[in-house]
Amino acid sequence: MSLSATTAPPSPAAPPSPHVPSGRSRGRLLNRLDVKYSPYLYVAPFFVIFGAFGLYPMVRTAWMSLHDWDMIGDHSFIGFDNYTRLFSDEYFWNALVNTFGIFALSTIPQLLLALFLANLLNRTFLRAKTFFRMAIFMPNVVSVAAVAIVFGMLFQREFGLFNWLLSLVGVDPVDWDGQRWSSWFAISSMVNWRWTGYNTLILLAGMQAIPKDLYEAAAIDGASPWRQFWQITLPMLKPTFIFVVILSTIGGMQLFTEPLLFANGNILGGSQREFQTLAMYMYEMGIVNLNSAGYGAAVAWAIFMIIVLVSLVNFLLVRRSAK
Amino acid sequence: MSVTTRRTRLAAAALAAITAIGGLAACGNDDDEPAAGEKPAKLVVDTFGEFGYDDIVKQYEKDTGIKVELRKTAQLAEYRPKLVRYLATGKGAADVTALEEGILNEFKPNARNWADLNPLVADHSKEFLPWKWELGKAPDGRLIGLPTDVGSLAVCYRKDLFQAAGLPTERDQVSALWPDWKGFHDAGLKYKQGSGGKAFIDSITAVSNGVMFQGNGDLFYDKEDNIIADTSPAVKNAWDTATSMADISAKAQTWSPEWSGGFKQGTFAATFCPSWMLGIVSENSGPANKGKWDVASVPGGGGNWGGSWLAVPAQSKYPKEAAKLAEYLTNAKSQVEAFKAKGPLPTNLEALKNEAFIGYTNEYFSNAPTGKIFGESVAKIQPTHLGPKHQAVKENALEPALRAFESGQADKAKAWEQFTKDAKTQGVF
Repeated sequence: MSLSATTAPPSPAAPPSPHVPSGRSRGRLLNRLDVKYSPYLYVAPFFVIFGAFGLYPMVRTAWMSLHDWDMIGDHSFIGFDNYTRLFSDEYFWNALVNTFGIFALSTIPQLLLALFLANLLNRTFLRAKTFFRMAIFMPNVVSVAAVAIVFGMLFQREFGLFNWLLSLVGVDPVDWDGQRWSSWFAISSMVNWRWTGYNTLILLAGMQAIPKDLYEAAAIDGASPWRQFWQITLPMLKPTFIFVVILSTIGGMQLFTEPLLFANGNILGGSQREFQTLAMYMYEMGIVNLNSAGYGAAVAWAIFMIIVLVSLVNFLLVRRSAK
Repeated sequence: MSVTTRRTRLAAAALAAITAIGGLAACGNDDDEPAAGEKPAKLVVDTFGEFGYDDIVKQYEKDTGIKVELRKTAQLAEYRPKLVRYLATGKGAADVTALEEGILNEFKPNARNWADLNPLVADHSKEFLPWKWELGKAPDGRLIGLPTDVGSLAVCYRKDLFQAAGLPTERDQVSALWPDWKGFHDAGLKYKQGSGGKAFIDSITAVSNGVMFQGNGDLFYDKEDNIIADTSPAVKNAWDTATSMADISAKAQTWSPEWSGGFKQGTFAATFCPSWMLGIVSENSGPANKGKWDVASVPGGGGNWGGSWLAVPAQSKYPKEAAKLAEYLTNAKSQVEAFKAKGPLPTNLEALKNEAFIGYTNEYFSNAPTGKIFGESVAKIQPTHLGPKHQAVKENALEPALRAFESGQADKAKAWEQFTKDAKTQGVF
């Protein structure tokens, strides 16, 4: 401020005039405006983009969910009817069960494996650490669609690799997309393959933030590496672990591409909707069926509420662990 | 001094940048606003798959001086969402838009999205297959679409596999094996026996597709568009015929990797082919299998799978000229040329009688006279009323239930229950 125009001496070239506001006071006004408003301008790009692509669609979706909405025709206000319909919609609950089932199958083994791998990579005796850390992250770089297509081929009924392997040990070929458990397993394996490395790296970073003195002290006290893992690494890692769980929750609740491509693009997800996830059901109701766009919007908001709810549970867990 | 002025300048630049982005977005769409009554410089045509219009529009450009831009989308699955976006936002649609059967019916309840062609073109009602012409009309009498092609059915079969299993291979004898669906099933059982238990057809949903259009009355909807899926005798007939074929089916869902891979592997020896499917069969089977496929007639007479219309969106700036172009593209001469180029089967009666069409033989399919075979099959298609969400009921209620039965996930009664329940929710419009 002190450097600004307010303290500058009056310009000798401009004779003072009684009526016209001098350049000085105009400068002061500009300056005041600048101080007051330009910070908003600097942050504006983010808010403009967030408003256009984040907030507006959300509000609009909420508005749509209160209507009987035909994508290419009319719409009429129906209040919360779409939401009450959700509660008695068998296929919504089916999609919810599928989503949580696949979520459990993909998150629990994935995080356990990530924990194990992170612990392994954290060991001092390991050689070529950087190589392994890079290598374990590689699957995450591959596009989801490519992963889903390749895994879809591996899990094919007639010519798939897994059925061929099974046939070597005398097991009958499995119709992977024909049953609930097998389709869940196949889809979870895609998610696991893609995200285990990512979670490993985050957990590894968390582990490296744990002070070394703790381990040294424990070692002097005669604690085995196993005991050190249980009593030092795990408790200290809890906040990182919860963070990883929240990320997996958000990803898991929105699972879409993998099951869709596993079903060869059929939005139903299996002939009896064995692996139709919530996101797929939202797409079916909101985009594929032109006349139920309002109901699809309600499903979208239901997904949002579920994510908030699950994240809240996680948040409470963090708070408890902090105490 | 310097700090504030730099700040102010930066802020101004930021503001300018933002308004520039806004300005850019605003001027993106109105570059070709027409002056009233002026002849359009360019008409846009939206199609999916292959309509075979490339050479035809060149001629049109020469004749009229109007440039035609063909916008092709490879897959119908990508085409539909685009179209929905154009209609929902009221901009972006082409002047002439190809509508596939399922899409057309689905769009009919909102017919005002489409220009009424009645006042814009001459009366062509007598020139096309009558049922096909009727389907182009909306319930309010508006003429939405001019017929392009039809998906009349034939049976594609593998001669080498038939021979190995002791079945006849010559196309007339093969057609004689199955005057009706029972004959088809018997042939399938015989093939299974002769080939050591191999499957005969790709899937039972292919069968239901064939049976449905053989004229047993209304399908999922009655004439007033009430859903009658659970009581319709035509649907029940298709269901019973399809489910009876489960023992000779390879259970390969159409378009799945099992299905497309099955052509090369010979997991099934026969499939139902609309004319447009021939290209897909030859592509999936590969050049190595050239001459091993042949085409026979479909059991129980004609059948229909797919087919399209040309429509003019109400948002087109040149409805009159667009309608004229649609008229040109669907006339007899254009339809024969399109057939020769890419295989869509004509619906124009004059085109169906055309020498070049009838005499056409397909080299990949052992020189089968596909023009003649499909031409005869077209004549046998029974006019059928299709409700607004016919496609959704077929694809998301009937076929999943059939697949559930076929793969043993549900018994016949349970699968039927699944179908009738889903038909009600899928069929609402």
